Amino acid sequence: MRILSWAYLVLLFLFILLPVGALVVFSFQDGRLPVPPFKGFTLEWYAKVIADRDLMAALWNSFLVAFGSSALALVLGFLAASGLARVALPGSVLLRGLLIAPMTVSYLIIALGLLQVFNAVGVRPSLLSTGIGHVVINLPLCFSIIYAAMGEHQRNALRAARDLGAREWQVLALISAPMLAPALAAAFFLSVTFSWDEFIIAFLLTRFDVTLPVEIWSMLRSGLSPATNAIGSLVFLVSVAVVVTLEFTLFRKSRS
Amino acid sequence: MSIEQTERRAGAALVAPALLWTVAFFVLPFAAMIWMSLSHLEGREVVSGPGIGNYLRIFTEPSLLRGIRVSLEITAIVTVLSVILAWPLAWIIATRVPPKWRRLALMLAVLPFWTSYVVRSYSWALVLGENGIVMQGLIQLGLLEQPLQIMATRTATIIGFVHFFVMLLTLTIYSNLVQLSPNYARAAEDLGASRWQVIRLVILPLTLPGVITGAFLTFVLCIGDYITPQILGGNSELTLPQLIMLQLGRRGDYPMASALAVVLMVLVTLAYAACARWLKMERV
Amino acid sequence: MTAEVRFQAIHHRFGTFTALHRVDLTIAPGEFIVLLGPSGCGKTTLLSILGGFVTPTQGKVLINGKDMTHVPPRGRPTTTMFQDYALFPHMSLRDNVAFGLRMRGVAKTPRRDRAQEMLDMVGLGDKAERRPHELSGGQRQRVALARALAVSPDVLLLDEPLGALDLKLRRQMQDELKAIQRRVGTTFVHVTHDQEEAMAVADRIVVMNQGRIEHCGTPEEVYLHPVSLFSAGFMGEMNRIPVTAKGTGADSPLGALPLPVASGGGVLCLRPENIGFAGELALGPARLVDTGFFGTHHRCHFAPLSAPDLRLVAHLPQGAVLEPGREVQLYASNPVILPHEAAA
Repeated sequence: MRILSWAYLVLLFLFILLPVGALVVFSFQDGRLPVPPFKGFTLEWYAKVIADRDLMAALWNSFLVAFGSSALALVLGFLAASGLARVALPGSVLLRGLLIAPMTVSYLIIALGLLQVFNAVGVRPSLLSTGIGHVVINLPLCFSIIYAAMGEHQRNALRAARDLGAREWQVLALISAPMLAPALAAAFFLSVTFSWDEFIIAFLLTRFDVTLPVEIWSMLRSGLSPATNAIGSLVFLVSVAVVVTLEFTLFRKSRS
Repeated sequence: MSIEQTERRAGAALVAPALLWTVAFFVLPFAAMIWMSLSHLEGREVVSGPGIGNYLRIFTEPSLLRGIRVSLEITAIVTVLSVILAWPLAWIIATRVPPKWRRLALMLAVLPFWTSYVVRSYSWALVLGENGIVMQGLIQLGLLEQPLQIMATRTATIIGFVHFFVMLLTLTIYSNLVQLSPNYARAAEDLGASRWQVIRLVILPLTLPGVITGAFLTFVLCIGDYITPQILGGNSELTLPQLIMLQLGRRGDYPMASALAVVLMVLVTLAYAACARWLKMERV
Repeated sequence: MTAEVRFQAIHHRFGTFTALHRVDLTIAPGEFIVLLGPSGCGKTTLLSILGGFVTPTQGKVLINGKDMTHVPPRGRPTTTMFQDYALFPHMSLRDNVAFGLRMRGVAKTPRRDRAQEMLDMVGLGDKAERRPHELSGGQRQRVALARALAVSPDVLLLDEPLGALDLKLRRQMQDELKAIQRRVGTTFVHVTHDQEEAMAVADRIVVMNQGRIEHCGTPEEVYLHPVSLFSAGFMGEMNRIPVTAKGTGADSPLGALPLPVASGGGVLCLRPENIGFAGELALGPARLVDTGFFGTHHRCHFAPLSAPDLRLVAHLPQGAVLEPGREVQLYASNPVILPHEAAA
């Protein structure tokens, strides 16, 4: 049983980590093809990627969209969760359902709908329209994470603050937000990774100022190249860095 | 005005921005898409007007009908395979790995989960190609004489998908497993169940919520994904999202693309209805 | 610092459920009043109406003669001590206690001084920099009290404040609570379902049941002279013997008793500690069925010879040594006869 367990574990880890492992390893390939045999170590491809103006512009665009849309989604989600946790509004259940509904719809459908509305009202595809799309997909995420974090204990603390004379904005800024800090941070950084990695909305809703996944997509057309490995590794490492940071700061802290 | 009314007004004011956003950028586009699916294309012009021509075409034109079938087949295979592979992995991490290493093992097991579909699919294209590390490795080991043609087939698409969804399901099943009191297993063992019986009769049924939640998410994300089949499966057989993108790209046929998107949406809703009983979306 | 509270014909409904039936109650300035009753009796709703968290469907709340019915919590001279204390986990004890003053625009130095003074009062002056999670349950409870009192409210509301503490600590905190109330003189309105707690702290106990006030009086009045079977039973264990009128006295399963009974009959109520070997009312011979030692007393079950199926519970003093099976003459004191109640 034990040997079987470990064998299975190793096998699945191999399956899971093999492709990204190969991606990273062959980004250092001293040759023109990112396939075996490994011909030697070089940073040439990273240098090339960093020198590529289009790629760096896309990288910057991705940062902009990820942080901007996540910040807005966070604020909207926080306010909505505070409102819904506070009082039983008529149709609360329906409202909650509506707010998390975009989570159950394929990104492709969200993108397609937005594309049509933007076409109809004459909004050109741009970073802004992509950002709007990313708020749509991240708002339900932020809302549900924050809403779930608001327990009875939280609610009573807010009541106590009001009882002691705090105004509405003081309750939100001085009590609610600090108490929910771990949930807020988790929601924000998960949103950042989702936006950072998102392809289809960005693909349909940007034209010239593309984000990184879209730029990588266009690089794929010219076939396998260690340069694609290099930029892919960079994208991967940013996501992993965010998640690992979350794991070692917030989640560890909240569990202790 | 009573205190409750003041409270409700304050609550409503807080919810309003998010609600407006959702209505403007989700509900409205969604409605627009449904309206568009009832319109049709004449030449390059969209002619508005309710009509079910697009839907009739979807269910009569073999190429479109095949897209639905292909998507359903791939999604079904992927969901089943992913559950079968992920459950033991989640169980081993939750129960066999020493507690000290558990979080680390879980993090490693889902590390590539946190990256773009594009990058993940590209890395599979990298290792599955004829010169890729998998084929070359198998030849080196003497298991193969000639590299197999996997790229640009359904197999590649399925491998790419299963890779992603094994991670997703491992997450949902793991979080379900660690919430179970160890006393369930102890009680069953105490009553004479063998270790295998404990897993089959006690633990497995108790993780059903995690399995169903994960399987539903797998279904939704898998059937709606364009990138993985496009990069790994190529144009050998087109899935529903690929067909949608094809309508957009080739002719700018927004009505047909919208009708196909509505079909996609209906399939997801049916899946939701099937699992609704066990789903607690708020826990995800 | 202190105020009179007046509830006038407070009626409250949640949907179709009536939580309060036209409740009238006046609380004197500086009084320590306890709302006592089982869960769902309306005591917490009444407190919420006073705190400003709920507007009553009908009726008025007056504090110091001013109508406060529609004033939100922050506009009222009341503060609440919550059941789970609701301390702000991200603030030090000092910042917690000073929070209300900060909201009232008090400058930093005076509010820190005041917070320190309040923490000193509850014996936590040396822990002002700590965070709530570093404290024990009893200490958190003290901080919550200090925080609620720091703004010098006219009325302090306490919502099951001792519910989360273990029994020993609860008894100790009751004494402290009472002492602090005497010191600050603020009107305290305290909600609990624990009748011992109520008797330990209250000047006056308001026994509530199903949205109505059953009895309102000092602990002695409520315990010794109950006016309803419900409040009699809620205040402590009670032997209930059905009686009917017969001549000038009463007929009961124990035989004739020299007690006046209304024509409709009633229930003779006897507290276990009021049954023994001496007393004003002879209950006749009875056999001891079993006995248990409870430290402060022996708890005995007696079967009256005239009604062998009936069981009387008596608390006999420590010295009384009895063996089961012994037959004794039982007497009772403090008999109370209450009318039958419609089955509720």
